Amino acid sequence: MAAMLGWTLLAGFALVTTAVAQSTSSFAINPPSAAAPPDDGQWAMPAKNYASTRYSELAEITEDNVKNLQVAFTFSTGVNKGQEAAPLVVGNTMYIVTPFPNILYALDLTKPGAPMKWKFEPNPEPAAQGVACCDVVNRGAVFFDGRIYFNTLDGHTIAVDAATGKPVWNTHIGNINIGETITMAPLVVKGKVLVGNSGGEMGVRGWIKALDAGDGHVVWTAYNTGPDAEVLIGPDFKPHYDMDKGKDLGVTSWPPDAWKIGGGNVWGWISYDPDLNLIFHGTGNPGPWNPDLRPGDNKWTAGIFARDPDTGAAKWFYQWTPHDLHDYDGINEQVLLDMTWQGKLRKVLVRPERNGYVYLLDRTTGEVLSAVPFGPVNSSKGVDLKTGRLIVNPDKKTGTGKVVRDICPTASGLKDWQPSAFSPKTGLLYIPHNNMCMDEEGVEVNYIAGTPYVGMNVRMIPGPGGNRGAFTAWDVAAAKPAWSLKENFPVWSGAVATAGNVVFYGTMEGWFKAVSARTGALLWQFKTSSGIIGQPITYRGPDGHQYVAVLSGVGGWAGAIVSGDLDPRDATAALGFVNVMKDLKDVTTPGGTLYVFRLP
Amino acid sequence: MNRGLPCLLSAMLVLAACQREERDTRPQSVLGSGDQPAAVTALEPGGQRPASSDNKAGVFEANAFHLSEGKRLFNWFNCSGCHANGGGGMGPALMDQKWLYGSSIESIHATIRDGRPNGMPSFRDKIPDDQIWELAAFVRALSGNAPKSAAPSRDDDMMPHPSENRLPDAATLGKSP
Repeated sequence: MAAMLGWTLLAGFALVTTAVAQSTSSFAINPPSAAAPPDDGQWAMPAKNYASTRYSELAEITEDNVKNLQVAFTFSTGVNKGQEAAPLVVGNTMYIVTPFPNILYALDLTKPGAPMKWKFEPNPEPAAQGVACCDVVNRGAVFFDGRIYFNTLDGHTIAVDAATGKPVWNTHIGNINIGETITMAPLVVKGKVLVGNSGGEMGVRGWIKALDAGDGHVVWTAYNTGPDAEVLIGPDFKPHYDMDKGKDLGVTSWPPDAWKIGGGNVWGWISYDPDLNLIFHGTGNPGPWNPDLRPGDNKWTAGIFARDPDTGAAKWFYQWTPHDLHDYDGINEQVLLDMTWQGKLRKVLVRPERNGYVYLLDRTTGEVLSAVPFGPVNSSKGVDLKTGRLIVNPDKKTGTGKVVRDICPTASGLKDWQPSAFSPKTGLLYIPHNNMCMDEEGVEVNYIAGTPYVGMNVRMIPGPGGNRGAFTAWDVAAAKPAWSLKENFPVWSGAVATAGNVVFYGTMEGWFKAVSARTGALLWQFKTSSGIIGQPITYRGPDGHQYVAVLSGVGGWAGAIVSGDLDPRDATAALGFVNVMKDLKDVTTPGGTLYVFRLP
Repeated sequence: MNRGLPCLLSAMLVLAACQREERDTRPQSVLGSGDQPAAVTALEPGGQRPASSDNKAGVFEANAFHLSEGKRLFNWFNCSGCHANGGGGMGPALMDQKWLYGSSIESIHATIRDGRPNGMPSFRDKIPDDQIWELAAFVRALSGNAPKSAAPSRDDDMMPHPSENRLPDAATLGKSP
């Protein structure tokens, strides 16, 4: 049966800011304990835990007292580019990694003002800036076993001693001369550092690698296009839907050799379920964007893999957007939850996806339990739950020499990389997202290694209602929104939820906001020096008190008009994003500052 | 009334049009790139160095055919992939008045030919020299630095901005100083 849910059904809720009462009996949704151990007050990986809840059990800051929050200290990163990283806190030290040139700082939290303990400068190749599609961002570092692991824009993964700041190993895995960069935060699972490449706009073939955390050697590499042997598809591979079954689909679902330059990159989020021994990672858009140049389903792009972390062997795959027409990368975060669904206890993953749907998947099989739009969607008409296939709206199909107007969502999706947070106290998933539409025209494009391979002219416009962003609390059990806040600009920051029933996020004007986890009511806000696109975190300081930290500094794809000083007179600048952000230069300037808050 | 005046005017128009379209039907150096030096900086202690100029500059800069070819090649060589239609993206904007590596056609030619350290690739062995000159001339047109009579007058694709012959000089945005 097709779940036909047009966005018009949702038009009513988009403006709603009041709460839908939560009955505590209707949900008991928790992350699996093995993937979300009891909170130790630290923040050792950007997603907080393997389940990727971005939820803290700290409750000193509450709905009642958050209005008293004040600045504890600040720190300039010295880099005026988009700050997308999450600060880390381990022991008495905070670690932050900057956009290119990817400086890693350690701050001593035991001393007043948190002075710098050490800094590590990897000195990446400056030319790498020329092949980074959407600002020179870095989405964070990760702590594991006494070391900090992070990636550099020019394709290195580096391990640094967390105590001394001395490099331990440095492995070169990306080649900028074919357009490869690395922007994602690594995840360490069972002594392996998991890293993927960026470059879906440069015809880069996507992969994910596991590096040995001890010495940095590559243990396995899984490509997301090409022959089964290179995708690490073997006898254990059991996809749920027929559309994903067959031999060498990573070759046969493409025109001859197109898979070699077909994208499917891994630049977003990875989750890990220790009980199932599976990692879950998305795959990016197929290249080029112009779909006429790559007839077929373009496996294994714009989907999600479950893999064995020891070998990389694929267990299942599901394709959110077969034969993607609109740059709907499938790299968003997946939050691992255990919940009752239609009377049965299920191990699920919930995923607010770029194509506009909140998906609920059985994470043991890849079966889609539900797929419901969380904002305006007209590029598709729902998901056929029998076949698993997205029902494409033929009116919004793009192609060579054809201008198609008012496609919602945009190439940047109803939601891009900006990660959501889940609170087991409310059963709500807090989704920072976009509300925009676009015009597209497919054009011919030549593949020149190391240069863009897009073939699409894009011009974005604000979505229905005129607000370009929204912050939506999604009732996971009921598969519908509880409340939604309008924001003038895309909400390009991450979210963090706390046991104090306070949720934090930032805006591109530079406001750092605290809202009620139950109602969405604005409880407190602070204007930082630049737009916020980073991932807020919260931690227990050495003094035993709760702190909240966020990096301010506008940029990323949405903020490239400011961080890259682009010209708003060209509607197609920054792959069309500039057209919808013309006024951002009037409200914010580039920056790069850490803000840390606490109660007085 | 002087019957000769319209004739003279039309003759002038024809001549002007000829110059506008004038081009070498057998361009030299189909492959390879020239090695003309270009100033990297305006700063030279104590000195006032004469600007280097190349005799190709004048041939390409105000010529409608070459500008039109430059516009076509700007897409073909994926320049537009990074610089969009002049507003920028992965690479900087080209339609504003800010020049990181010099605004002269010689400097732009050198930038395309040799690359620049913060991300501009070198196209030395990818693009024939005369086509680099065509691209450089078009890049200047994006910021209104080409004669209105020669700059491209239409967009073949979804409109990103008014055509180059209607773009104002970026330094003044069409206003008198």
